[in-house]
Amino acid sequence: MNIWRGQFIPLAALAAGCLLTGCNPSSPGTDAGSAVIKVGEYGSLTGSEATFGQSTHKGIQQAVDEINAGGGVLGKKIELHTEDDQSQAGQAATVVRKLISSDGVAAVLGEVASSRSLEAAPICQQAGIPMITPSSTNPKVTEVGDCIFRVCFIDPFQGTVMANFATKTLQARTAAVLTDVKSDYSLGLAKFFKQQFTASGGTIVAEEKYSGGDKDFNAQLTAIKAAGPQVVFVPGYYTEAGLIALQARQLGVTGPLLGGDGWESSTLIPVGGAALEGDSFSTHFSADDTSPAVQGFLQTFKQRYHETPDAMAPLGYDAMMLLADAIRRAGSTDAAKVRAALAATKDFHGVTGNITIDPNRNASKSAVILTITNGRLQYVQTVAP
Amino acid sequence: MTEFLQQLINGLALGSILALIALGYTMVYGILRFINFAHGDVFMLGAFAGFYLAPKVATFVPLPSVAGALVVFGLAMAVCAALGVLIERLAYRPLRQRPKLAVLITAIGVSLLLEYSGQFCFGAANKKFPDLLPAWPVAKVLGLSVNSNQLIVLAVTGLLLFALRFIVLKTRMGRAMRAVSFNPEAAALMGVNPDAVISFTFALGSALAAAAGILYAVSYPSIDPLMGVMPGLKAFVAAVLGGIGNLPGAALGGVIIGVTETLVSGYLSSTYRDAIAFAILIVILLVKPSGLLGRKEVEKV
Amino acid sequence: MNVRHAKTALLGALGLSLLVHLLAHFINPYWLYILYDIGINIILAVSLNLINGYTGQFSLGHAGFMAVGAYTAAVITNQFGQLGAFAAGGVFLGALLAGGLLAAVAGLLVGIPTLRLKGDYLAIVTLGFGEIIRVILQNLDQVGGARGYSVLHNWTNFFWTFGLAAVTVYVIAALVNSTYGRGFIAVHDDEIAAEAVGLNPTKYKVSAFVIGAFFAGLAGGLYAHSKQYLTPGGFGFMQSIAFVVMVILGGMGNTIGVVLAAILLTLLPEGLRALAGVPQLPGVARPFPLSWIGDTRMMIYSLLLIVLMLTRPQGLFNFKKRPH
Repeated sequence: MNIWRGQFIPLAALAAGCLLTGCNPSSPGTDAGSAVIKVGEYGSLTGSEATFGQSTHKGIQQAVDEINAGGGVLGKKIELHTEDDQSQAGQAATVVRKLISSDGVAAVLGEVASSRSLEAAPICQQAGIPMITPSSTNPKVTEVGDCIFRVCFIDPFQGTVMANFATKTLQARTAAVLTDVKSDYSLGLAKFFKQQFTASGGTIVAEEKYSGGDKDFNAQLTAIKAAGPQVVFVPGYYTEAGLIALQARQLGVTGPLLGGDGWESSTLIPVGGAALEGDSFSTHFSADDTSPAVQGFLQTFKQRYHETPDAMAPLGYDAMMLLADAIRRAGSTDAAKVRAALAATKDFHGVTGNITIDPNRNASKSAVILTITNGRLQYVQTVAP
Repeated sequence: MTEFLQQLINGLALGSILALIALGYTMVYGILRFINFAHGDVFMLGAFAGFYLAPKVATFVPLPSVAGALVVFGLAMAVCAALGVLIERLAYRPLRQRPKLAVLITAIGVSLLLEYSGQFCFGAANKKFPDLLPAWPVAKVLGLSVNSNQLIVLAVTGLLLFALRFIVLKTRMGRAMRAVSFNPEAAALMGVNPDAVISFTFALGSALAAAAGILYAVSYPSIDPLMGVMPGLKAFVAAVLGGIGNLPGAALGGVIIGVTETLVSGYLSSTYRDAIAFAILIVILLVKPSGLLGRKEVEKV
Repeated sequence: MNVRHAKTALLGALGLSLLVHLLAHFINPYWLYILYDIGINIILAVSLNLINGYTGQFSLGHAGFMAVGAYTAAVITNQFGQLGAFAAGGVFLGALLAGGLLAAVAGLLVGIPTLRLKGDYLAIVTLGFGEIIRVILQNLDQVGGARGYSVLHNWTNFFWTFGLAAVTVYVIAALVNSTYGRGFIAVHDDEIAAEAVGLNPTKYKVSAFVIGAFFAGLAGGLYAHSKQYLTPGGFGFMQSIAFVVMVILGGMGNTIGVVLAAILLTLLPEGLRALAGVPQLPGVARPFPLSWIGDTRMMIYSLLLIVLMLTRPQGLFNFKKRPH
């Protein structure tokens, strides 16, 4: 068998195949007579970050179902196209291209990980399709272009919030920082905390690192203990925060632990237990918030999924709700109009707070600081932007 | 000095768990000359077995308590022993005559299958592992904090090592295992049933992995389906470090890796923690490939 | 081996690549970029085949070489990419080659220490090297570390991907079928016998790593300019496994088989995605079996791997009976 022919034939077949299947990208969103509005979602539904992707998806799905139960948007039902990027780099680009070019969605929601949002954002921007990320906190995401929006805080804001809490409320002069080097969220938050903390006159006495997925932090915490900080900033995810608190107390690290919205989860207190007493973190809302929107969301979520949501789910919910609201205000699913409506968002009442989209297309909204007291999350203060 | 001793204790506790997992790797390699990639995931399944069994056990034995913990331990070890035998029967036995690479790929496949099935069945989110033992106060001795979990890990590991040594040296099956690992053909000629020995080895190794899983989950009570990946790899390095096929070597290797990782992480930089185990592996394979306690295998022409 | 046929085929492939590239804007971008992925994966699989298949060195760290090439090429084009349209092609080629060369150096660094190792040990050590490269990149703030690195120029296109894929296949197949190249297979089959007839196994083993790594680096550069965002986590163990599966599926030491396997394995997830992606009709529950596929996709993938090894370990596309 002539092996050269063997390479030629598949190549030729492929070329022919792609010319045949190739067609112009379908016009986005919906054709005039279509009865649905297609919305795309991409996230990590499997793989190492599946817990965050699945959580976001639950929030988005709940929003879609509520919208459709209420008659849809502009008289049309929302059709959600969800794609899994498997927590893998390279996949986000592929699935977003599929959503835009094959499925013809009007807008895209996603992702949690800033790195995958950054992979997808240029594609959405080039196609002119609005993209809303529910929880990517790297400032660079929205800098990609005017089609990219977010409904969560960015690292500079949240890092500053906790730094100020440490210096002003807790009167701390020294701090240690324990960062997750595998997570861009953690690195970003740590950077801005350190900046603000030192700018306010504090000193960072120890900086330690771990990798997301680790369970043993005794080495790092022993080193932190030796440095004797008054507070320890742990800008990571709840998957590690509970264990870190446990081990810190076992080793005799006194002084409160502080964190960001990555701590928010129903597994935090069960894992960390009494070790979390007195620790605080910043997040989007408090379960004690009596507003009907928040309570309604929490109750429906518990009914549907039999668990309390972490921070990702309500952000996903708000992203979808904001999109629906923007489409209503725009009066159409035309990408340029929706984009303009999103940019003009003022005081949108989401469950994660009152969202106003600022000129950089980031959500300008307050953060809430919660402290764990007597095994429960206790509301402490609200910090406005 | 206090900090150093503290780190040492941390490292010993971590190293003991790695040692338990490493023993499984080394036993299977000794008999079959093959690395069971899926071993780290059996460790994970041991922890999950404990998670799901604990509430059931709690209905007839109160938890947390020593008795209850022992029951959960025993049951989880039994479940994983059975699982290990099953995996060997279905995935590895048919390939025994094939090139080593085929089995290695199959092992990788089994490992991935266990991980993804775990995510599918148990859910990807981490779960709180139930308290099996009553919380004893943390002992503060000379400024060091030794918590009860670390002591239990060390004690149980020691016990299991002793039990394993007894099985391997003093029982008939143990003798059969040693015979097969030395020379499979001669052992068969002497009337040893290789299939039975191999199944027993897998069962034993998997039981130890399950024990390690429960100890790990007791020490770090947050379990998830991917928790076995890094400990599995590090335990493998430990087995190679000690001399693969050598039981005391595996235990020694585990302790060395645990202590080294902890000390480097605490004193030098915690950033490169993951890479330390691999760096050790590369160094040992370059300098003394047969491992610290291993025998040199002569290549016959 | 008919050399004239080979060269004609190569030129034909290059010409065809150029033609398709010129018609590229008629193709749905989603499928177009899948085609780029196919080309890139062909390069990676064929280069790994040289190391694993022909020379019998079991390498589980191929993604590390890809990473070196990707980051190098990206850094260069980010720095020098502003030089106008005509120079862009030159800069791109230069960046790709630089990525390949640096990856080749990495291949040298991996190949030399691992000379004495075989089988399982070699696999784990190469895995370790791959992980070490990943950890180093994760801590290298100049290229963003874990936060990732943005690649400014979207220069990968059909001509580059399939053109370079054709070149890779040509070079490696020509190499292996040459007199020199027979040495790779000889070293694989029986190292001691090879030494006895005067071949230097060291030279072959290291060459395999260096050449394989070079092409992996090229592929990495193409990847970088296609996805436009790089993170160290994207070049880990799972990626290396994916390439190994392509080599195994195609049949170790079988170039066409490996090419076909690369195409199949790149299209397979998309096929499963298309199956699972039947739109959800409002108010109608998703048909059970289809939504199931999405959730269990990775389970099916690993199960297929096991079944493949149990039933046909010589690979799906291997029709020759090559004794291992």
